[in-house]
Formats: sequence, structure tokens, C-alpha cells
Amino acid sequence: MANPMLASNQRETFDIIQPGHDYTSITEKITGISMSPKVSPVWLLGVIFALGMAGVMATGMIITILFGVGVWGNNQPNGWGFDIINFVWWIGIGHAGTLISAILLLLHQNWRTSINRFAEAMTLFAVVQAGMYPLLHVGRHQYAYWMFPLPNSMELWPNFRSPLMWDVFAISTYLTVSAVFWYVGLVPDLATLRDRSTSRMAKVLFGMAALGWRGSALHWRRYMQVYLLLAGLSTPLVLSVHTIVSFDFAVGIVPGWHSTIFPPYFVAGAVFAGFAMTILLSVPLRAVCNLRDVITMRHLENMGKVMLATGLIVFYGYIMEVFFGAYSSNKYELYMTFNNRMFGPYAWSYWMLIVCNGIIPQVLWMKKCRTSIPCLVAVSISVSIGMWLERFVIIVTSLSFDFMPSSWALYHPTHIDWMIYLGTMGFFTLLFLLFCRILPVISIAEMRELIHHQKHVHGGHDAPGSHQHAHSHASH
Amino acid sequence: MAQIFHPSTNVLSKLSIVAVALGVPALGTGAYLFSQTYGAEMYIPKPQPIPFSHRHHVGDDGIDCRFCHSSVDKGPFAGMPSTHTCMTCHSQIWSDSPELEALRSSFRSGKPIQWARVHDLPDFVYFDHSIHVKKGVSCVSCHGRVDERPLAMKEQDLTMGWCIRCHRHPEKNIRPKEYVFNLAWKPNEEKGETQNELGEKLLETNKIMNASQLTNCSICHR
Repeated sequence: MANPMLASNQRETFDIIQPGHDYTSITEKITGISMSPKVSPVWLLGVIFALGMAGVMATGMIITILFGVGVWGNNQPNGWGFDIINFVWWIGIGHAGTLISAILLLLHQNWRTSINRFAEAMTLFAVVQAGMYPLLHVGRHQYAYWMFPLPNSMELWPNFRSPLMWDVFAISTYLTVSAVFWYVGLVPDLATLRDRSTSRMAKVLFGMAALGWRGSALHWRRYMQVYLLLAGLSTPLVLSVHTIVSFDFAVGIVPGWHSTIFPPYFVAGAVFAGFAMTILLSVPLRAVCNLRDVITMRHLENMGKVMLATGLIVFYGYIMEVFFGAYSSNKYELYMTFNNRMFGPYAWSYWMLIVCNGIIPQVLWMKKCRTSIPCLVAVSISVSIGMWLERFVIIVTSLSFDFMPSSWALYHPTHIDWMIYLGTMGFFTLLFLLFCRILPVISIAEMRELIHHQKHVHGGHDAPGSHQHAHSHASH
Repeated sequence: MAQIFHPSTNVLSKLSIVAVALGVPALGTGAYLFSQTYGAEMYIPKPQPIPFSHRHHVGDDGIDCRFCHSSVDKGPFAGMPSTHTCMTCHSQIWSDSPELEALRSSFRSGKPIQWARVHDLPDFVYFDHSIHVKKGVSCVSCHGRVDERPLAMKEQDLTMGWCIRCHRHPEKNIRPKEYVFNLAWKPNEEKGETQNELGEKLLETNKIMNASQLTNCSICHR
């Protein structure tokens, strides 16, 4: 049973965790979300809705597979459309999870503890959505494995000089490392679930997944070593994955793509979009699952700060793009930047992008706004739309009007494009809702450690990071 | 609390690591080897309306390839002999052999014999016999020692890799044009002739494109 005082006490706090929790109460609180026999009606409604949306996605995909990519809006010269826009959008969203779990761990930011588990799940599920787009985009879906350099009877390799090839490696490495990192972090919690399960089936399944975890000192020592190693391994991925995604564009000589600012501002944009999505997930999560005492105002405010910082980098990138266009004195770049992006047929998307990603996030300078949930949610939605528009602007405006006026054409997404895009949001939500009902949304083991610190080290905000403590454990 | 798992599962869990580590590569290697040999239908004679022997007609009788495959040096398709070509001889010899009943009935009815195709390339490949023959690629390079085979069968896997291996190094399979239909021809090694040196020379005399041109996609996929 959860501590009744805590369950009823839902005032907002700026601590990392509301004081008063002990090991038992936190364990019961978190396991209660996934193990409670009662199915919450909100959850059930969400699952039904998400399932319907996933069905829309599946329909769109089946139509694409049956009739080919001609059902999409892609045309000549717009060889890339919604497929690549949405691919980059989803990949970007994933980045916040890796940043929270790896970089913030290495930087001893102990506020990451409450949000890393579901942020990592968000990463995985977002990469799953992203990964589906290239598979559909290749057209002959049964040969999608040709993207990998496997020995084959044609004795041909993919073009190793192409960033699209690097992308295959970047994304598959990212998915693998994120999945392993997430799973290793889950092991002690899976053991907790195994020990608290009542049905034989759950005991066996969680037992197998927990890999025989008994929580001995040796187990913890090895666990901490692996976890730190994986954090080290994930850290460069936060930077590399979206850098390589940006190479898909920057290496091409298309005006509007061929720019050295792309890698840094793509990475910043990815973290920007990812934190927006983390906020959009944590707000309903803490409301529905009564987690206001664990995912506190402090977390939301910190995420707002990260969003503000990365948003400024992104805005700087937009300004620099305009500057490069003007400074290049190249007529194609000039035409692309001014005549086309700013005042062409897609000008609405460019100016909306500037408003959504550049202007609106500036309200986060005010603490009042960073600590107001409606304001944070509004900014996060604006950023999510803005980051999608960013990829739309980059891909569509550049491709539709390139060097030769004779090959110019507008791009119009079709119903199938929209079905697949909106459908992936449903599928993402479905995976996330199922995750909430099966696995602990917050790392129980790390929360216990945090409580240990609050009790014994004391000092609230100045407490050393949970990882530092782990490290001293490991070395003695 | 009772244990969930029996101690023996410890062995199973360790074995599962080995099984995945060995099983996945083994499965991939197996599939690859199958596709390269049995899966490519090599060395398997196909049932034909008449058990025609190339060994007898080419090896024993010395009939030139072009007597039957008359368009091999003129167009993309090597050509199959008409029933009349066969009947040049078989109206006189073996004229009542039960094996040749299919030939005689084709002659009577005027319907060509339907041979089962042994070398079949996919339809998205544009292959032309005449250019290969004209540039000095012998029949034997692709079809093997037909003059020693009683029944026709695939001796090469006809994969794209096999095609492109030769397009990358054409000198390995080029011979003087006059020996293209001589299946037994070999470079004269006693005189110090090697295939590579001869091939390099013939690339120039036969005006053969370089490897980067020969491996252009549109050479075969048009």
C-alpha cells in the first residue's frame, strides 16, 4: 500500500523527490502503476484510440506496399517527401532520451533519475517509428535488407561514400545501444517485479527477463560497471546520429542543403524536439499516475531550461542559414533563401517555423512560464510542430525549386502520407501505453538510491549525483 | 519462498547464449551456400522431350555450334534449331528410333519441339550473345565443355555476381576470335602464352571497353 499521506498530498514541489518517501513507499508507488489489477479507464480509452490510429497507419502502409510509393505525394523533383520528413522528425525526438540517460548521468545530474526510464522508452519507440519510413521509402520492400552491406549474389556493395549508407549504420547502432542501455537499466527493476508478482506466468516471464538478478554486491558492482560503460557508449551517439542524418542533406549540393551549420543545429534541434516530447509525455503521466511527488516541478522546469538553450542554438542556425545564403553571392543560394523559402509558395511554412521554434520558446526565459504546466505544454506543442516544419522547409523547398526551372514542381502530400504520419503517432502512443502497464515507468532501483542519499547525505539540491555514489560503491 | 526456476535452467540459460552466437551465423552461411549451389539449379539436367546429347553431336560428330544455334553471332538469342535442321540427318539415320518420336511428330504436325530452357536469365537483364561472341568470349566460358556433356545442364550459377566478375576482368575470358567456337582451346603455354597477357592484348585488338564502362548499370539493365 502506498503511503496514504503521499497519495493524497499532491502539492507541487521543487525538490527532486517530495520528502517523506522511503524505500517501501517508492517501490509500491512505482510498481503499483504497472501491477495494479485495476485497469484505469483513461489508460483503456488511450489504448483504444491509439490502436485505432495504429490501424490507420497499418492501412496506409499496406496500401503503399500493394500499390507502390506512387500513392504518396513524392514526385519529380521531390523524391523525398513525408517519408523523410517524418523519419528525421521521429529520429530527432528520440535524442532527448539518450541525452537524459547518458549525458546527464555522466554529468551527475541527479534530477534525471525520475525521467530517464520513460524517456529511454520514448527514444526506442520513436526510433521504431522512424525506422519504418526508410523501409517503406525504398519501394521494393522485400529488398530493404539490401541497405546493409551483406554478401550477396550480385557481388555489389552499397555506396560507402553515401551518407545514406552511414545513416543505416548510425540508426541501427543507435537502436541497438539504446535498447541494450534501456534493458540493462531495467534488470534490477525486473527482479523487483518478479519478486512482487503473484501469478506464476508473470513470475516466470519477469524471472527470465531479470537474468537471475539477486541484488548481491557482486551483481551491483558489475551492473554499475556495465551501466557506466553503456552511458559512455551512448554519449557520442547523441551527437553522431543526428550529425549523420544532417549529412543526408549537407553532403548534397542542393541549394538550401549544402551547409556546414547543419550538423550542430540538427543535433540541437533533435534535443529540442526530444525534450518537448518528454514534457508532453510526463505531464499526462504525472497527472494520471499521481507522480507529482516524483516527477516534480523541478524536472519540468529543468526540461524547460534545456529546451530554451537548445532552441537558441536552433534559432541561431536559422539566422546563419539566411546569412550564408546572402553572403554566398551565389544566385542559386540567394534564390533559395529569399525568393523561395521566405516568399515562395511555401513561405507560410518558413514563417510558421520561425514563430514556432524561434519566437514562442523565448517565453521560457520567464520562470513563471517554466513553472506553469499549461505554458510548458503549449511551448512543447509549438516546438513539436516547429521541428516538423523545419524538416518540411529543408526538404520540400529545396527539392521543389532547384537549379533547373524546367524541372520545378510543387509537392502535395496525399491522404496516404497523412494516414501513415498520424498513424505512427498512434502507434508510438500505443507502445508507450503498453510500456506503462508492463514495466516500471520510473527506475525503482535508482529512486531508492536517491532516497538513500536524501536520508544519509542530506542537502537536497546539493546532493551529489546518484552515479557518484554508485561509483564509490563500485570502487570499494 | 519457492524458487521459480529449477537449478537446471542455469545450464539452459548459458546454452542459449552459445546457441544464438553460433546459430545465427550458421543459418546465414547455410542459406548463402544453398543459394550458391542447389538453389542455383546447377548440374541438374532438366527433363527434355528428347534426351539430346551434345557430347555425341559436338564431341563425336564435330558439328559446329552455329549449325544449330545459328543466330549466336548475329543477335541477342543464340537460336534453337528448327525441326527441319534436325531432320537434315534424322530423316536418314535413326529414322525409326523411338527416342526421336517427338521429332518426327513435330515434323508431321509442323509444331516446334518445346525444349525446357536450361539457361534462363531474368527479364530485367538485357543479354546479347552476338556481342560476346564478336569480342572473343567463347561458348565454353559460360556453358562449359558442352562437347563432353551427354545432357545439357547449367555449369555456372548465372548470378549477377558471376556476370560482373567477368565484366570487371574481361581479360580472363577473351580469346582470339577464330577460337571462340573451339571449346578445347587453351592458350599455348609451351610458347609462354598466358591467358592474362593474351587477354590484355586482345582487349585492345578486339576494342573491348574498360571495366568501369562494362560495369555501368545500363550495360545490362536498360
